[in-house]
Amino acid sequence: MFKEIIVISLSAILVENFVLVKFLGICPFLGVSKKTETALGMGMAVTFVMALASLFTYLLYTYILVPLDMEYLNTVAFILVIAVLVQLVEMVLQKMLPTLYNALGIYLPLITTNCAVLGVALLNVQEGYNLLYSVVFGIAAALGFTLAIVLFAGVREKLAMTAKISKHMEGFPIALVTAGLIALAFMGFSGFQF
Amino acid sequence: MLANVLISVGILGAFALVFGALLGAASIIFQVKKDARISQIEEILPQANCGGCGYAGCSAFAEAVVRGEAKPNGCSVSNDATYQKIGEIMGISVEKRRPMTARVMCAGDCHSAPVRYDYFGPKSCYHANLLVGGPKMCKYGCLGLGSCVAACKFGALSIVDGIARVDPEKCTACGSCVANCPRGLIQLVPKNAKYIPLCSSKDKGPAANKACSVGCIGCKLCEKVCPKNAIAVRDNLAVIDYDKCVSCGVCATKCPRHIIRKFGK
Repeated sequence: MFKEIIVISLSAILVENFVLVKFLGICPFLGVSKKTETALGMGMAVTFVMALASLFTYLLYTYILVPLDMEYLNTVAFILVIAVLVQLVEMVLQKMLPTLYNALGIYLPLITTNCAVLGVALLNVQEGYNLLYSVVFGIAAALGFTLAIVLFAGVREKLAMTAKISKHMEGFPIALVTAGLIALAFMGFSGFQF
Repeated sequence: MLANVLISVGILGAFALVFGALLGAASIIFQVKKDARISQIEEILPQANCGGCGYAGCSAFAEAVVRGEAKPNGCSVSNDATYQKIGEIMGISVEKRRPMTARVMCAGDCHSAPVRYDYFGPKSCYHANLLVGGPKMCKYGCLGLGSCVAACKFGALSIVDGIARVDPEKCTACGSCVANCPRGLIQLVPKNAKYIPLCSSKDKGPAANKACSVGCIGCKLCEKVCPKNAIAVRDNLAVIDYDKCVSCGVCATKCPRHIIRKFGK
């Protein structure tokens, strides 16, 4: 079991990185990666939500949808659960942990529509993970997202500060080129066989 | 078939109902009481939501004031009476703010500034500015297509003789025209400033002379005659330090190009 967990985590973080290999969650990856700090904040928020989302979608799927023979409803049901979950978490945090709420700020509601969160829930079903593995996969995938967005933000920060970029490449063009190069680098991990 | 559809609709409906009830209950349980002062301050703010204070709108500014982050006199659209009221709500004293107004630093209207080509395109200074450096001979002057007029939420700007002019009575110094001028011509200056050099050209004398009959040629006459050292020529352009200026008007009489204009009484 211990070995399984390590294999799931490593492949979710590096080999099957959500952003750079599976191309999930590209929107926040490009949108909130101008500063390393905010990128890290976004990563933390995604980790938090993805762990909870994998837990609750697993429970919903196994104990409600499967007994009712309604597996085909999983996509729309998961969207519902994730949206409700994020709202609920936001309310609870605002009351209980205002500091964390302020730190996560706008990123928390933004995650509602993050395809990486829905992706992790659907992949859990596809792979047939049990409860523990689902949560581990969710956390690991989110850590992979955090790794990718922080690396990317670091490169973008450095580019904005030091590099001389010709006018027509400023902003998004150079960001997309950078993202492509980082994705290329992550392709190197796909050679590992676990 | 129909049964399947109905069952799935029913189940999703039930989910939605349960979740909705859950969220409704949670919003009551986890209600966060807001500081009453926020809504009080919000009420007396102008509700222009112009963003001139640097916050996302009037309510965001009110929150920032209550947090102690923004100054009570941070709203450039309000007047001193409002600042005093905000100070009363917060229980602190508020210093008066020097009233500012926007000014378009260009005097090159259609009589004095020649054009290089006739521009037929979208009525936007940004577009005109991109087209081989703009239709005017002067590459610093006002293009007069009214991007600032469109940006102003208070109707304080207008195009007169082909250049933008500010009505200081209507201007609230929110700064949105400053941000929307592609040539960076608009500046915020004190409302009571009497003498303002209306030029932004950094061209050297001969080039400025060729481009516009009312352009600053950087002759430094104003710099020499000013008794308070309030005016200086930087990058071939006269700039007044309004903190030092005593509105004597000597510079305006000496300026050979008549670009230091008098405003107000």
